[in-house]
Amino acid sequence: MRERQASQATRRAREFEAFVAGAAGRLLHAATLLTAEAPDDNPRARRLLTLSLAHTYACWDRLRGEDPYDLTRQYLATRFARGAWHHYGGPGRSRPHPASPLAPLSPQERLILVLMLHEGVAEEQTAALLGLSPERVRAICHRATTTLLHRARGPAPAVRAAKTVPS
Amino acid sequence: MSGNDRDAAVRRLLEEASTRSVPPELHAEAVRRGGRMLRRRTVARRLLWLLMFAAAVAFTVWALTARPWVEPPSDTTPPLTGW
Repeated sequence: MRERQASQATRRAREFEAFVAGAAGRLLHAATLLTAEAPDDNPRARRLLTLSLAHTYACWDRLRGEDPYDLTRQYLATRFARGAWHHYGGPGRSRPHPASPLAPLSPQERLILVLMLHEGVAEEQTAALLGLSPERVRAICHRATTTLLHRARGPAPAVRAAKTVPS
Repeated sequence: MSGNDRDAAVRRLLEEASTRSVPPELHAEAVRRGGRMLRRRTVARRLLWLLMFAAAVAFTVWALTARPWVEPPSDTTPPLTGW
C-alpha cells in the first residue's frame, strides 16, 4: 500500500514536471496578458499561474484522461474572473501596465479576448465557462477587438512625432 | 476589414509580446502548494471517516443501553395481581 503510494507520487511528480516544462511558457504568457502586466515584471500573473498549477497538481491522480492543460486554463480563467472585480480600479492597485498590449481593455474584455483568440477556445465553451450568453461573449470580443485595432492604428504616429522632438 | 483579418491582426498583437521565459521556482512552488493541498485533503478525509466511525459507535452503544425498540412499561394501568 505504502509502496504503491510512493510509486504513484514519483510518477505524478515526473509527469507533472514534463507538463509544466511544456505548458508553463504559453500559460504564463496568457496570464500576463490577462493581468495586463509588463512581460518581464509580472508578479500577479506568476501567482495566478502558480495557484492554477498547484490545483492541477492536486487533481493529477483524478484526471482520468482529461487534458491537464485544459483544466489549468479553466482554473486560471475562473480564478481571474473571480479575483478581477476587487482588483479592478481601486486606488494604487494593479493599474494596467502600458507595455501590455491589452492595457486599454477591461479585465472581462481581456479574459474573453485571451480565451478566444490567444487560446482558441470556442465561443460556446467560453460562454459556459464564464456564465454568459454566447451572444454577449461575441459582442464583448468584437468590441475589444475594435478597441485594440483602433488604438494600434491611432497613437502610433503620435509616439513617433514625440520622439523627433530634440531633447 | 473582415472578421478573420481583424482576428488575425489581434492574434499577432497578442503573440508578439511573448517572452516565454518561465522562472524555475514556479514549478517548485506549484508542487509545494499542490502537495500541501493533497495532504490537507487526506487529513480532512481521515477526520471525516473518524467522525463517522465515532458516530456509529456512539449510536450503537446508546441503542444497546436504551433499547428504544422495547415497549416501555405502562404507568396508567395498575398491574393485575392477586386473582
